Amino acid sequence: MAKLYTKDTQAIFWNNNTSAIQRMLDYDYTIQRKKPSVAAIVAPTSSNKFEKFFYGPDEVMIPSFKTTAAAKAAQPQADVFLNFASFRTAYEVTMEALDMGGFSSMMITAEGIPERLARRMNAYAREKNVTVIGPATVGAIAPGAFKIANVGGTIENIVQSKLHRAGSCGLVTRSGGLFNELANIIAINADGIAEGVAIGGDRFVGSVFIDNMLRMEENPEVKYMILLGEVGGTEEYKVIEAIKAGKIKKPIIAWCIGTIAKYYDSGVQFGHAGASANGEMETAEYKNRAMAEAGIYVPSSFNDLPNKIKEVYEKLKATGVIGDIPEPAMSVCPSVRKSKEFICTISDDRGDEATYAGFPISSVATPDTGKGIGDVVSLLWFKKQYPKWATEFIETVIKTVADHGPAVSGAHNAKVTARAGKSVVESLVTGLLTIGPRFGGAIDGAAEHFKYAHDNNLTPAEFLNHMKKLGIPIPGIGHRIKSLKNPDLRVEGLKKFAAAHFPATPLLDYALTVEQLTTSKKENLILNVDGTIGILMVDMWRALGYEEEEINEFISSGTLNSFFILGRTIGFIGHVLDEKRLAMPMYRHPMSDILYDVQMAEKI
Amino acid sequence: MAQKSIREYDAKSILAKHWDKYFPEFTYAYETIMVQNGSELAEAAKTKAWLQEKMLVAKPDMLFGKRGKNNLVLFRDVKPGDVTLKKATTWIDEKSATPQSVYFSFDGDTPKGEAKTDMLTHFVVEPFTPHSQEEEYYISATCVGDNDMLYMSAEGGMEVEQGWAEKVTEVAFAITDTEEQIATKIRANVPADVAAADKAKFAEFAIGFFRAYRELNFAYLEINPFVMQGNRIELLDMVAKLDDTAGFMMAQQWGNVEYPTSFGMEEKSPEVLAIEDADSKSGASLKLTILKPEARIWTMVAGGGASVVYADTIADLAGINDLANYGEYSGGPTTSETKFYAETLLDLMTRHKDAQGRDKVLIIGGAIANFTDVAKTFTGIIQAFEKYADKMKEVGIRIYVRRGGPNYEKGLKDIKEAADRLGLYIEVYGPETHVTDIVRMALEK
Repeated sequence: MAKLYTKDTQAIFWNNNTSAIQRMLDYDYTIQRKKPSVAAIVAPTSSNKFEKFFYGPDEVMIPSFKTTAAAKAAQPQADVFLNFASFRTAYEVTMEALDMGGFSSMMITAEGIPERLARRMNAYAREKNVTVIGPATVGAIAPGAFKIANVGGTIENIVQSKLHRAGSCGLVTRSGGLFNELANIIAINADGIAEGVAIGGDRFVGSVFIDNMLRMEENPEVKYMILLGEVGGTEEYKVIEAIKAGKIKKPIIAWCIGTIAKYYDSGVQFGHAGASANGEMETAEYKNRAMAEAGIYVPSSFNDLPNKIKEVYEKLKATGVIGDIPEPAMSVCPSVRKSKEFICTISDDRGDEATYAGFPISSVATPDTGKGIGDVVSLLWFKKQYPKWATEFIETVIKTVADHGPAVSGAHNAKVTARAGKSVVESLVTGLLTIGPRFGGAIDGAAEHFKYAHDNNLTPAEFLNHMKKLGIPIPGIGHRIKSLKNPDLRVEGLKKFAAAHFPATPLLDYALTVEQLTTSKKENLILNVDGTIGILMVDMWRALGYEEEEINEFISSGTLNSFFILGRTIGFIGHVLDEKRLAMPMYRHPMSDILYDVQMAEKI
Repeated sequence: MAQKSIREYDAKSILAKHWDKYFPEFTYAYETIMVQNGSELAEAAKTKAWLQEKMLVAKPDMLFGKRGKNNLVLFRDVKPGDVTLKKATTWIDEKSATPQSVYFSFDGDTPKGEAKTDMLTHFVVEPFTPHSQEEEYYISATCVGDNDMLYMSAEGGMEVEQGWAEKVTEVAFAITDTEEQIATKIRANVPADVAAADKAKFAEFAIGFFRAYRELNFAYLEINPFVMQGNRIELLDMVAKLDDTAGFMMAQQWGNVEYPTSFGMEEKSPEVLAIEDADSKSGASLKLTILKPEARIWTMVAGGGASVVYADTIADLAGINDLANYGEYSGGPTTSETKFYAETLLDLMTRHKDAQGRDKVLIIGGAIANFTDVAKTFTGIIQAFEKYADKMKEVGIRIYVRRGGPNYEKGLKDIKEAADRLGLYIEVYGPETHVTDIVRMALEK
């Protein structure tokens, strides 16, 4: 891996840190990435399915998950893990992601992870060949390709510091704040950076200077490197060893900060937790001297660092090692943006003609288009083009449930309301409001419980037992008068259609074995029309390739009931118009039909 | 700082608390008590019979070693092992009454370097344990580089430090080593000088010790010496540091442990304590160390790295005698946190004029921030200016500002306007100026 990140790199971001994610997307938009650099967010305590972010002037939705596993399953191509958990949980979150696999690098931002845990985590990552940036870091950047979270600061500063496109320097620092500063200094005195990593300020960090510099040595975009070290630790000596061993040949400019530490005893902690010298070798001065002796360009002080960078850069430029860097096209993020209050993902009326899931209305409306109401439902409800057999099944369902006479409670309510002189919509809504767990709800219930039984491989007897324990009659089973001998022809029609056109009907097949058992107990305990519809809908979605998770969501969101609502609306409107036509007077229920049992209220 | 020294008494208490888990085959009487004066000891003797019944040893428990060579271990009145409760009580009262000089290093028995003088405030008192030299051992553990190190020796006490290379067996362990690997390695490396009959016992004790070091998140743990008499262990002297970043998960295991200031170090001033307190309550980072309160250059710098380069540059260009403080604020502090931090600094800075009558210099520095809102933090500093403007003018302060990052233009404009309005001398610079160049400018004027 010569490069840490490319323009296609995508990350999973643990913790919904909105400002950091927004900075990443602003960067993506500016450098004209094809896809957002954040593919998914992990937010354990949020139930949101996505989070909205600006992408230039527009907004995009980034999917959000409760677990890393779910995020990784949905976005397997995202191989960078950005861990923004606190120091209390960062270790567990990292270890879980390492166990999961599929990540090439991870960044951990928390400062002050217990040292023993940090060491274990870093060792495990090494074993798994995963590059860890941090802990206690602001991150890393491959200019023009991918940037972690807040590194580089605001988008204005990023452009100012030429972090929007690759330059020729490979930059490694401990400090995150000085990383930014160095990027600016390099932009002013040279041509920007090709890749940069702030390795983190804690005593134990994952990848150290040498790990990143060996990679940069292989990266053809990197022509020279800058290392900004600190007092404390011995990491700089590994770089010196690599130079001596010939593993690093590119020129290096380096400086260790913290030369002041020598004036004070160890009671004064300068800078980061890792910045404490144990012995002379770990002092900034000793390291600066050793690096100079190894042939590294070492300035006389931090103040002198810009001059040293300029000197080395110009030398490399003059000898042709560094050429001119072309300035790529950039998009400009608008400075004022307003978040949208509503989101629509099914239809669009902004163009010449309004569309249903991308299809102009005229392309699905007239008979010559070959499209029916089932196609319109599939576009507007499911944002998919269902095959003919599925759209025809939808239409069959709608037609089958359109009406069931005036006596059912919904139709009765609609009729009573119409007779009170209310309008069509008022009367219709009264009828619709009756639809629920007891009226029409059996479709949802049948789908839910039969699917549960089937998913869990319950035998029909076990299923009956299970429902008995729940204390509810099996939804979708039972009819007032129909039986196996006197079958419900609507059910027969649906079954026949399914047999002829569905690729397979595993849930229906299962339901029929259940029916055999129930009808052996009582002959009217047949699979009724609600049950058949709910069960066949599940079979339809399975055949269409939906995941079980998605089907469960259809059931729990009330999608099945929607077919009943849609179909029965036709019937209710019919009853309301019937009342209007007949000009029936106000209805009053006969008192003789009511049992009056009123007691004098007791005093308490 | 992640690694913090704790008192010998606390180290023993932590081990005692978990003794049966780590040393099930050994016993430890845990007869030890920490007192601040003689009357506390006398009071404790009413409930702890061993203080009355046994001969005692008393010594200060204030993080420093070489107590024997500093003549600060009481184990004899007339002859070794004859110290009574009464004697210990008077000795503690005597030693805590006047400032004591302590040398931290010795060449043989001759003190080296400068002594530090301070009051002795904490003493540990234990029974005198008669034992032979052969029963004394040394053991310690810490982390070096990427590995945990275990150091073991058949000789304890002062001898071990003099002949470290010959007398101590060093064993390195990777963080990934399993319990079995660790145990095998320890058993294979018991120091050769340990008597053959005691080797197995020594190994078991070392295995338990090293496990306690790891699982209780010690950063350093040393017992020098411990006495092993059959299955009875006595911890004669201990030194320990904890990894305080593990504090959140060790509250139960560590109990109520305190992190004292080293002997001879100035007690933390109320200002420093207040900043530490604010830091512990904030998600941001606020750090302050007073180096030389009468010096003329004060820094209020954002960021752990930037604060170091400012300190380096001041030391290079002005010398450390001019540097009054070291500190940093970072991680997006709120306006009120920054205000509090700035007020604390300004209060310290305006207490005295410069002895040579020069202007004082306030460096408000910082690199280009990644996410800290510069205008917001500067609002806090401006509010502190408003409160201290009169004092600042009286003392004579020149302010130099350099900062970049989110909203920095507004921050710089605001702070310049505020200083002008309040009649304070100020120069402000943005990212186009090299981060530490304001130090040079301030010194050249």
